[in-house]
Amino acid sequence: MSTANLDPTLNAHSVHAAEHEEEDHRMFGFIVFLLSESVIFLSFFVGYTVYKTNITDWLPSGVEGLEVREPLINTIVLVSSSFVIYFAERFLHKENLWGFRAFWLLTMAMGSFFLYGQAVEWMGLPFGFTDGVFGGTFYLLTGFHGLHVMTGVLLQGIMLGRSFLPNNYAGGEFGVAATSLFWHFVDVIWIILFILIYVWQ
Amino acid sequence: MSNASLDAIAAKSDQPFPGAPNNWRRFFSFSTDHKVIGIQYMVTAFVFFLIGGLLAMVMRGELITPEADLVDRTVYNALFTMHGTIMLFMWTFPMLNGLSNYLVPLMIGARDMAFPRLNAAAFWLVPVFGTLLMASFFVPGGPSQSGWWAYPPVSLQNPTGNLINGQVLWLLAVALSGVSSIMGAVNFVTTIFRMRAPGMGWFRMPAFCWTVLSAQMIQLFGLPSLTAGAVMLLLDLTAGTSFFDPAKGGDPVLYQHFFWFYSHPAVYVIILPIFGTFSEVFPVYARKPLFGYRFVVVSSVIITVLSAMVWVHHMFASGTPSWMRMLFMFSTMLISVPTGVKVFAWVATVWGGKLRLDTPMLFALGGLVCFLFAGITGVMLGAVPFDIHVNNTYFVVGHFHYVIYGATVMGIYAAIYHWFPKMTGHMYYEGLGKLHFALTFIGVNLNFFPMHPLGLMGMPRRVSSYDPEFAYWNVIASLGGFLLGVSTLPFILNIVSSWVLGKRAPANPWNAIGLEWLIPSPPPVENFEEIPIVVSGPYGYGSNESLVSNNPAGELISEHS
Ligand code: HEM
Ligand SMILES: [Cu+2]
Repeated sequence: MSTANLDPTLNAHSVHAAEHEEEDHRMFGFIVFLLSESVIFLSFFVGYTVYKTNITDWLPSGVEGLEVREPLINTIVLVSSSFVIYFAERFLHKENLWGFRAFWLLTMAMGSFFLYGQAVEWMGLPFGFTDGVFGGTFYLLTGFHGLHVMTGVLLQGIMLGRSFLPNNYAGGEFGVAATSLFWHFVDVIWIILFILIYVWQ
Repeated sequence: MSNASLDAIAAKSDQPFPGAPNNWRRFFSFSTDHKVIGIQYMVTAFVFFLIGGLLAMVMRGELITPEADLVDRTVYNALFTMHGTIMLFMWTFPMLNGLSNYLVPLMIGARDMAFPRLNAAAFWLVPVFGTLLMASFFVPGGPSQSGWWAYPPVSLQNPTGNLINGQVLWLLAVALSGVSSIMGAVNFVTTIFRMRAPGMGWFRMPAFCWTVLSAQMIQLFGLPSLTAGAVMLLLDLTAGTSFFDPAKGGDPVLYQHFFWFYSHPAVYVIILPIFGTFSEVFPVYARKPLFGYRFVVVSSVIITVLSAMVWVHHMFASGTPSWMRMLFMFSTMLISVPTGVKVFAWVATVWGGKLRLDTPMLFALGGLVCFLFAGITGVMLGAVPFDIHVNNTYFVVGHFHYVIYGATVMGIYAAIYHWFPKMTGHMYYEGLGKLHFALTFIGVNLNFFPMHPLGLMGMPRRVSSYDPEFAYWNVIASLGGFLLGVSTLPFILNIVSSWVLGKRAPANPWNAIGLEWLIPSPPPVENFEEIPIVVSGPYGYGSNESLVSNNPAGELISEHS
């Protein structure tokens, strides 16, 4: 029974090393995941474009087009929040915890505003999910994106909560970096979506 | 050759290990050890292989006579749908994931996968969606009948009107399988990029790991398209949208694009790790380095890229414009170039070698023969005029079963036998292995060769009854099918009995080169006492180079000529 594998110090040491390694790999893995995720969005975008160019009576009867003003405000808020979250991260790296929390909370507020704006827009629309291919793709795309915004805000909430735990966020942390990357991702997706749906009418 | 070091390793590997796989309870627990997870995947997959095979037996039983007398038309539709789905999503994918899970960390000199818990979670989704899929046998209306392609509008029919029906369960299962596979792919890609042992540059990595990397890249970038299509279909089916419903303005051909953009490359998800297995097995049993190693690995990458560009060849008969057909026909044929490079390399590896015809080698050679045959019929199918002629006939069914049973399943068997001593610490029984091979090889050819003449004669696929003029070849095919069913028995007997009773396996029973052969069989929990430092390529058979610089077993590598 006396192989070196039984040596407790060796095992404890390598388990520790493995944990550190895992830390390093996470960001790489997360980026790989986001690349995969973007193919889902890409598929939806391609689908939307194919439908839009092929279907003759694209808009449901009685619908003129989409109102751009409200979504534009939403867009501006979401795009600026990408800068806000960037500064939050900067504060964290400078170990300014309160600066981090303040800007982080502002990002969350802007994300929530976006979600609120989308809900208001949805409720005012004269067509529904089942109103033809247009209705379907519209709600599918904006809904799927909205789900991501919601996930982002949720993650931000968790990170904010964790920043109040002792000994956290000494010099920047994977959770924060990943959440912020995710937020930029969601932002870029929205810009494409906005152009596709609202600008190209 | 230094017998002393061989014996030392053998003696060492005779000792029990902490939590060694002899403790069978580990395999039923939530373990994060990639080796346990690998075996969990493989065993689960094999159970589904048996279920999918049983459905195939019923189909062949039906087809032994021209009349539809055993099962009726709708049951037959459900049978081939479930058979195809189980074989792809529940057998080959999990099986190859299991094999890769077991082998990749060992081969690259890592202690585990990059994300052990994610790994376990991805595995445990398999029984979950497997159960979902199986549940469809018990819901009103029975399982989906739309074939594994699930083309609308057929897949949009819901005669029972129930919200829970076979098609919905099918879509949920496929979507979940996609989630599990993407989780797995993230893990594999990260592991291979980030966790190779010091000194293992890209061109010192075993070909198997290259093929796993390529296959997982396809999962990563192809699967989301299938998932998107599945979600939209699910919404059409349950929420009243009309994405793919032509009656309500939707576009069913768009679904076909979503589907084939993934599902064509998916054949490479299946076949690439088999190519990898061939590349590992041939050098060992021919005692020669893998011929043209760099070409072999680069061709995997080229195949991966090209495979993403040829999906439209499945839709030659779906009203695709002819310029597009020509384009995709050309790119399809182009794939035969890197594939041909590989075949050439294997043949050159085996050529003039001192062949050792152990069971793994037999299966690999048999798989290669079947693959060559399938390659010929595949090029024929890639030619648009021919494809239009035999589209949806048994010719196609014959072609893809040669790939999928002949090459893939035989390749999987080759891998299982080859690494069985490593995984279990026991030797399998060679006699039973050879019997298994003989039955499989004869069975495959009896079952699937007749489908080619049947297709040329015009027998359509997906039918439960047929014109009596087709009876002759169908009887032969059915007998071959039953033989294939029988062929799994010696395999099961072999695995179970040798796992329990078989001779203890030394660390390196085949005198093979590779990091996995430097550690005891079965490997201890964290694989390597000390992470090896790699100093040469993986196929130095007959050379005096050693593989690693810090392992006493390094000497092993320098023997043989
Ligand atoms: C004993 C072995 C097997 C037999 C007798 C068998 C037989 C059949 C038959 C009769 C069909 C229906 C063909 C048609 O009318 O279109 C079929 C379809 C299919 N089989 Fe097999 N098969 C076997 C093994 C396998 C394996 C190992 C795989 C994959 C790993 C596989 C994958 C498929 C697929 C994907 C389909 C298409 C299903 C569909 O059209 O939806 N089969 N098989
Ligand atoms: Cu294809």
